[in-house]
Formats: sequence, structure tokens, C-alpha cells
Amino acid sequence: MSLVADNISLRIGSKLLLNNINLTVEPGEFVAILGPNGAGKTSLFRVLTREYSFFEGQVSLNGRAYTDWKPQKIALQMGVLPQASALNFPFTAYEVVLLGRLPHSTGRVRDQQIALQALAAVDAGHLADASYLSLSGGEKQRVQLARVLAQIWLQTDTGEARYLLLDEPTSALDLAHQHMILQCARRLSREGLGVVAILHDLNLAAEYADRLVMLKDGEISTQGSVESVLTPERIQSLFDVAVDVIPHPKTQQPLVISTAGVHGL
Amino acid sequence: MLQVENKRRMIQLSLGMLALLLALTLPLSMAIGPMNISTVDAFASLGGALGFQIAEIPQHISVIVEQIRLPRAVLSVLVGAALAVSGAAIQGLFRNPLADPGLIGVSGGAALAAVAMIVLGNSYLLFLQAWLEPYSLIVAAFLGGFLTTLLVARIATNKFGTSIVTMLLAGIAINIVTGAGIGIFTYMADDNQLRTLTFWSMGSLGGATWETVAAAGALILLAIVLIPLKAKSLNALLLGESEARHLGVNVDKVKRQVILLSALAVGAAVAVAGMIGFVGLIVPHLVRMTLGPDHRYLLPASAMLGGLFLLCADMISRTLIAPAELPIGLITSIIGGPFFIALIIFRAKRFSI
Repeated sequence: MSLVADNISLRIGSKLLLNNINLTVEPGEFVAILGPNGAGKTSLFRVLTREYSFFEGQVSLNGRAYTDWKPQKIALQMGVLPQASALNFPFTAYEVVLLGRLPHSTGRVRDQQIALQALAAVDAGHLADASYLSLSGGEKQRVQLARVLAQIWLQTDTGEARYLLLDEPTSALDLAHQHMILQCARRLSREGLGVVAILHDLNLAAEYADRLVMLKDGEISTQGSVESVLTPERIQSLFDVAVDVIPHPKTQQPLVISTAGVHGL
Repeated sequence: MLQVENKRRMIQLSLGMLALLLALTLPLSMAIGPMNISTVDAFASLGGALGFQIAEIPQHISVIVEQIRLPRAVLSVLVGAALAVSGAAIQGLFRNPLADPGLIGVSGGAALAAVAMIVLGNSYLLFLQAWLEPYSLIVAAFLGGFLTTLLVARIATNKFGTSIVTMLLAGIAINIVTGAGIGIFTYMADDNQLRTLTFWSMGSLGGATWETVAAAGALILLAIVLIPLKAKSLNALLLGESEARHLGVNVDKVKRQVILLSALAVGAAVAVAGMIGFVGLIVPHLVRMTLGPDHRYLLPASAMLGGLFLLCADMISRTLIAPAELPIGLITSIIGGPFFIALIIFRAKRFSI
């Protein structure tokens, strides 16, 4: 049981966006996808989340290729949070979260409990009755995350592993909520979910992810443990920016600090 | 207790009220028209039509009620419901509360085909008209609307699926073309044809017979029954297409079905009643402003309010300048235009469009 991308290549027009990507996400692990702009992070995300179907290679979920799954069955075990939301109608935050229960037939009362718990889990319980359109960008992002959490809140009936895929989940959030959301994601991975997140902040990734996948020019440049991936040379060659990597004063985890703006070094 | 629970009860109550209001207005409308018929007589002959002999009714009154007013009232409810439900569904599909069934080309195509039939009916299209008479106009309008929608949908479909944005652009382009075509036929028309097509374009339910009710009603009922079954999928679609897909909704199938059903219903409505504007826009809007955007309630409420709205508009149309009739399309546009302007100002104040 895992989420496996096998030999993925993606071409749009004459442009090769992904080249020979091999990636496995096991239940219980938190994988962060990193890389400079245009490296193919979002393309890979769209392949993993079935938004693109015209790629070469194969993605399989819990042992079966995507093409062998019914879309409704995939929705029972996989929650996806895209980057921006187009919702332009005055649902309340609670109603938005309740939409996450659409693939399930657990009954109205149970669904409502789950929606409220999911809202509380992203620190948005107080927003339940607010119109989604009146929320700030960060609040919208948290409500959308609550919707995705509500979708995969319960163990599946068949016991299949669940997955949570997040595209830049922290982009609109303040510092406290960035950590809150990633703590939530890591807690879910400890409960046995496979979590994949596209992140930009190397230090956030280092703090929360079990494994880092570095993309560059549509290829996986390196993947592995935080310590093995985050080296100054690698970051310099990928992002073209001068950095130092030092141990965190308390946890000893790698900490990436830029030296690009420091004069006279 | 969340507000949403109170809201649900309020919504259920509103739906019941709407149904009740419709059930009361329909028989009441039998008493309204150029000829004076008392409410008692109207109810009695309505009862007679349904097989309950309540009282002796003069023959001419029961004929007017059964053969003229009742089919007309039923048709106005059906047409209003068709336009409003399609409007609500298309707005959900386009994720734009200002969308209209006309956007997918159905009205323009229907109008072009109808005008072509009016102008060329006794020359180039004589064989068609002779074959289809007296339904040539209805069939032409329906096919025109339906085929144009299929064309718009076809243009907007590629390997990525049906793009709603492309569809919007294609719809605008097609509307320009059909508008030009209508202009050409109008230029070619003689005085008599000009009169016919002008009145057709202003909409009227005056031609209602039980035959037109049966023909259009079958297609409209299909849409009114089947579109609300897509309510949950349409709710998910409001989040965005990829979000809906991740919730297990077969997005392309829902799009195809909703567009097809809307084109059927609006095509049939335009075919029997001509161009009736703004119902598909303002009715779903009113419902959304009071009951919220949840399609499970929005669709049935829009159907009932649309029917009620057009039933009342038709009563105005046949009494305002009786014994003549004011085209119903003018009435809905006179009400709808200012309403739309108010809506734009209101929306611009609250959150930019």
C-alpha cells in the first residue's frame, strides 16, 4: 500500500515538464517536494492528483493504477488541497467544510460532527458561521484545508491507506498558522496517512518532513533524508543562492541560512 | 447550535411556501384575463376539467378555462421553471452568478433558426414548413438552439476536457454570428414577416395549446427532474473543477449532462414562447440571496419561483392593455433590467464582481 509514481514524463506542446520521475510515498511518512520556480513541482502535483491524465508512465494508488480506480473510490482515500480556490458563492465556512464529506455516505449527523472537528483542527472553529467570501486569504486557506481533512477524516471501510496532498499549504498563512498546519499534517502522517506537500521554505520542510524531494528542470535532482539533501553545495547549485547550513541550536536539525545578502563575507 | 441548522429549517419552510403559493396562484389565474370570469366559476370549471362536477358552468366559460387559460397557465409555469432552473444550473457550472443560458448559445441559435423559418418559410424552406406545419417554428427554434449549444460545447472541448472559459468565449462569438444572421434575415423580410418576427422576439405565451404544452412540457420536465439530481455535484463544482474532481465528481460528465439538459429545456421554452429575457438570471439570483447558494435547495426553489414569476408576468401581459396583449418578454425585461442594474450596484458595493 503506497502512492507510487513510476517513470513519469510529461510533455505539454514541445516542452518537457517532467522527465522520468520515480517517487514513492508510503503511508505514515511526510514527504516535502521542493525546488526552484519552474522545476516542475506543480506539474508533478497535478500528475499525482489525476488532474493531468496525458503523461507517460504510471501512477498507482495502494497497488492499483489510477486508471483502474473509479474516481469516486479514489476520493474516499485521497484528499487534495490545490493552491488557490475559485469559490465565489456565499457559502458559510461550515458549509464549505461539509462539502468535503460529499464522497462519503456517513449520514448528516456524523458529517456535521466531522465538519466541526475539522474546522477546530485548523483553528477555524470560530469561523463556522462566517461567509466564506468575507474571510481573509489565510482564513480561506485554513477552511479549505479543513474541507480536505473532513474528506479523509475517518479510516476507509476497506482499510486502504489514506493520503493527503497539499500544494503550498502555507503560502497565505502567518507564522503561527504555518506551524500549526504543518504540525497537523505531521500528526496525520503519524496516524498512518501518507502526506505530500509542496513547500517553498526549506527550514519548514526540514522541521516537519521525513523526506525531501528536490526537483530541478523537471527531474528529481536528489531525494532522501533532511540531512542528506540540505547541504550548502546542493542548495547553491539548485537555487543559485549562497547559503550556510548550520545545526539548529536546540534540535541539531539542519538550518538553512542565506548569506547572499550579507556584505563583506 | 449552528446558524446553519436554523437556516435549513427556514429553507424547508420557504420551499413549502413557494409550492403552496404556486398551487394557489395557478387556479386563481384562471379568473384573470380579458373576459370576466368569477373566481368561483373558474374554480368550478377547473374542477370540471379534473373530473369533479362541482357546479353547472356555462359552456363558453368552461371552454375558455379548459382550452385557453389552463394550457396557457401551465405553459407559463413550465417555461418559467425551465428558464430559471437552467439559469441556476448554468450559473453553477460557470461558477459565475451573472451567467445566463443565453451564454451557451441556445437562445441565439433558437432565434436565428426561428427567424430563418419565418423569412424563408414560404420560399427556400417551403418543403420544411409544409412538412412540419403548424409546428415548423417550434421545431426550427428548438433544433437551432440545441445544435448551436452542441457546436459551442464542441469548440470548447479538447484533451483537457471542456473548458468553461473557452465555452464562454465561443458562446459570445456564436451570439455575434447569430445576431448578424438575424440582422440579415430581418433585412430580407417583407412587412408581414417583419411583424411576425418582431413579435416572436418579444415573447408570447398566447399560442399555448395542450399540444404545445405536451411537446415542450416533456422536454422541460425532463430537465426539471434530472438537473436537481446533479445538485451535490454542482455544489462541489462551485469550489472549482479540480476540487470537484478530487471530491470524486465526474466533472466532464456533469458538465455534459447539465449543458445538454439546459439546452433541451431552454430550446423547448424559446420554441414555444419566443424570447423571454432575464428569468434565467433574476430568479436564481433572488433565491440565492435569500436561501443561499446550495443547489439542493436553489434548483427546486428556482423552478417554483420561475414558474410563479412567469405566471404572474403572463397575467399582467394579458390584462394590462386588454383586449390586446403586451408581449411577455417586454414585461420580464422591464422588471429584469432595473433589477439587474440594482444587483450590479449592490454587488459592487459588497464585494467586487
